[in-house]
Amino acid sequence: MKVKGRGWKFGDDVDTDAIIPARYLNTSDPRQLAEHCMEGIDPGFAQRVRQGDIILAGKNFGCGSSREHAPIAIKAAGVCCVIAKGFARIFYRNAFNIGLPILESAEAVEGSQQGDELEVDLGKGEIHNLTRGEIFFSQPIPPFMQELIRDGGLIRHIAKRLKGTA
Amino acid sequence: MGMTITEKILADHAGLKEVTPGQLIDAEVDVALGNDITAPLAIEAFKEMGGKRVFDRKKVILVPDHFTPNKDIQSAEQCRLMRKFAKEQQLSHYFEVGRMGIEHALLPEKGLVGPGDLIIGADSHTCTYGALGAFATGVGSTDLAAAMATGKVWLRVPETIKFIYYGRRQPWVGGKDLILYTIGDIGVDGALYKAMEFSGEAISALDMAGRFTVANMAIEAGAKNGIFPPDEVTLGYIQGRIKKDYKLYNSDADARYSEVREYDVSSIEPQVACPPSPANVKGVKELAGVEIDQVVIGSCTNGRVEDLRVAASIIRGKKIPPNVRLIVIPATQDIYLQALREGLLEVFVEAEAAVSTPTCGPCLGGHMGVLGKGEVAIATTNRNFVGRMGHPDSQVYLSNPAVAAASAIKGRITHPEEVAKE
Repeated sequence: MKVKGRGWKFGDDVDTDAIIPARYLNTSDPRQLAEHCMEGIDPGFAQRVRQGDIILAGKNFGCGSSREHAPIAIKAAGVCCVIAKGFARIFYRNAFNIGLPILESAEAVEGSQQGDELEVDLGKGEIHNLTRGEIFFSQPIPPFMQELIRDGGLIRHIAKRLKGTA
Repeated sequence: MGMTITEKILADHAGLKEVTPGQLIDAEVDVALGNDITAPLAIEAFKEMGGKRVFDRKKVILVPDHFTPNKDIQSAEQCRLMRKFAKEQQLSHYFEVGRMGIEHALLPEKGLVGPGDLIIGADSHTCTYGALGAFATGVGSTDLAAAMATGKVWLRVPETIKFIYYGRRQPWVGGKDLILYTIGDIGVDGALYKAMEFSGEAISALDMAGRFTVANMAIEAGAKNGIFPPDEVTLGYIQGRIKKDYKLYNSDADARYSEVREYDVSSIEPQVACPPSPANVKGVKELAGVEIDQVVIGSCTNGRVEDLRVAASIIRGKKIPPNVRLIVIPATQDIYLQALREGLLEVFVEAEAAVSTPTCGPCLGGHMGVLGKGEVAIATTNRNFVGRMGHPDSQVYLSNPAVAAASAIKGRITHPEEVAKE
């Protein structure tokens, strides 16, 4: 499972209020949430981000509230993968549960700049920085988690299995 | 090999004799909680996965508290969806406006959570219930949906950091100061994925309100849960409230800890977390003089009657200066009524504060006190991230209720003793 896109760089401790400010939580519509994605830290992000782009962030990405609206907003904005030095606990669970692939790799974050072209092989845990001609590594995403991502998250994954179409 | 209180509760709920950190378990849930922001997503997910009935109508609890009383039409629609689901599922514990409170003050008060419970909630401050000697952790809406359907949740057994607090607290120092000091020490990811176990003579001396405040902010250090071994104070609190079985757990003398940290509380003055991080903590004296526009006393962190009593003791007989807005929010209807009976609300209103019905409202910039551009607030809440209480160019300082009250009187960040001496 491969994804490819431009990198967007953020620092440490990006919190869920930065990802999706609480004033927008009066809806759970992914399209509406996407319009305000990262508004607390980069107000123009939602307008400039393109389908397939990749977020590169520091440690403790997604700290703060348990709002699943945060990974939903990121995914609906078109971001195909978040690579960070580390993730906050609840965000980590939520991201996989809604089908947003995330990878931990401090070296990929350190070694990449805003706007770099990246190609990520989720199953191999390989991050190719095409702009710089470098390759970085992270823990691969195991096959069952890739399937969960492909199905669009845990709920659809379970529903599919219950229907016996898996 | 011994186990910690967290490990023992998790082992029992997974039907295992023992567990070790790192182990993945499938655990039974005693309470699954949602609010008006997280439950609508969970209800959609519950239906999408083919859920028909919740696993136990007494154990799924829904509290509309964040944007209630409904702040706009969209919020009203989210609450309507939740109300309909609660009715369809015949939930025993759905708390409508007028009966509700901020979830993490409400559930302990009503005796719906107790020692030894395993509680998950789609709200990060679910960790508050650890103050009762329970395992409680925040999850997302999808995890809540799965628990509503199955009564189970998968968990990774966390390592535990033990925090020991010695000595006697200075005047005007409460649970809020101990936890802010600790987060300032270890950072916003200092306990990432781990359990924070609070112990020592200064913890034994803390009342339940103070313990709820400490456990509440464990998430602000990245922790999975915060936990207090239950004692007489715990038992005194649950007596007359709890109507279900409970179990007292305690850590073994030879339990394993990833780390042990010790603090002498006698050297800790009232603490203030500066924007934009709960770990950006300083002693109140260092910040004396920072001018403020708004003060909020309330939230799941510090909206209990004990907090209101401390604030009222400082404000009594004084007036808030005209350039400052003080908003006081009792956390539950029972706290509101108690504060009314004790004359505390009269103290606030006479000082020209606004007193609100229970709501999370301003804490997350929802309603009832949203900040405008460039405005500065001091609040007894739990987060001060950029834009947390409103405009991205507003700022929030976090403190205990005494510091917040004293600051409201002076219009600048103030040590409580300065006002109390007057």
